Amino acid sequence: MTVPLSYYLVLSGFVFLTGVVGVLIRRNIIVILLSVELMLNATNINFVAFSQYFHQVAGQVFVFFALTVAAAEVAVGLAIIIALHRTNSSIYIDDLNLLKR
Amino acid sequence: MNHIFFFYFAAVIAGTSVLVVALRNPVYSALALLIMFFHVAGLYVTLHAEFLAAVQIVVYAGAILVLYLFVVMLLSIRSEERYHNQLPVAGLLGVTLCTEVLLLLIQSRTAPSAPGRSVEAAAETGNTEMIGEALYSTYLFPFEVASLILLVAMIGAIILAKKDIIETTE
Repeated sequence: MTVPLSYYLVLSGFVFLTGVVGVLIRRNIIVILLSVELMLNATNINFVAFSQYFHQVAGQVFVFFALTVAAAEVAVGLAIIIALHRTNSSIYIDDLNLLKR
Repeated sequence: MNHIFFFYFAAVIAGTSVLVVALRNPVYSALALLIMFFHVAGLYVTLHAEFLAAVQIVVYAGAILVLYLFVVMLLSIRSEERYHNQLPVAGLLGVTLCTEVLLLLIQSRTAPSAPGRSVEAAAETGNTEMIGEALYSTYLFPFEVASLILLVAMIGAIILAKKDIIETTE
């Protein structure tokens, strides 16, 4: 009695879209990065579900690469946030309109 | 039994992912994301990816989220007053894409036939062993590229976050 693949797809689609909406509606850069983490996790759920479904281990290997990219993104993203906070003393994207002025 | 576990994990993952976006305080958002990571790890266990579940907890919950919390505490952020004014656009986009995903999944009920390869291999060798074999034979080159990505990210983070590294070198 296994769970059908489409259930996992619905779950990961929902989590991914929550991440998309979070990137669009939040003003805090840290929460925007957290929403990007949500999207990466949604793709990881898809990878593992397909890996189990097709009995291929390649999907799980790709989760490792997604994890590496997530770690790199967090390190660089948080460093950028700290640099922004130092120069701008704000991490709200409404205040970061230097190129628009 | 599988369905019970799946629905528990799926409900908690969906709920906490909404909370990550909806909560005003970034610390609470990060903690909701922590709960979500643990439940994603549980979902991996039900999918017979035990090694990935351990890696998920160690890397995501142990390293990435702690980094987030450090930065949130370091910058001493007040909780947000209001959402961005893109809320109607984002809501419309989200609802549209969600209905599209649901419609596509409802229409295509015919599941592709799973090629029954290496089921026995998965049973007799461990999950970790299979991942290790694939990672160090087929995917050796991407593995090395991943290490290079980590190196570049490390150097970039140091350069970006260190205060007077440019002034002292010039």
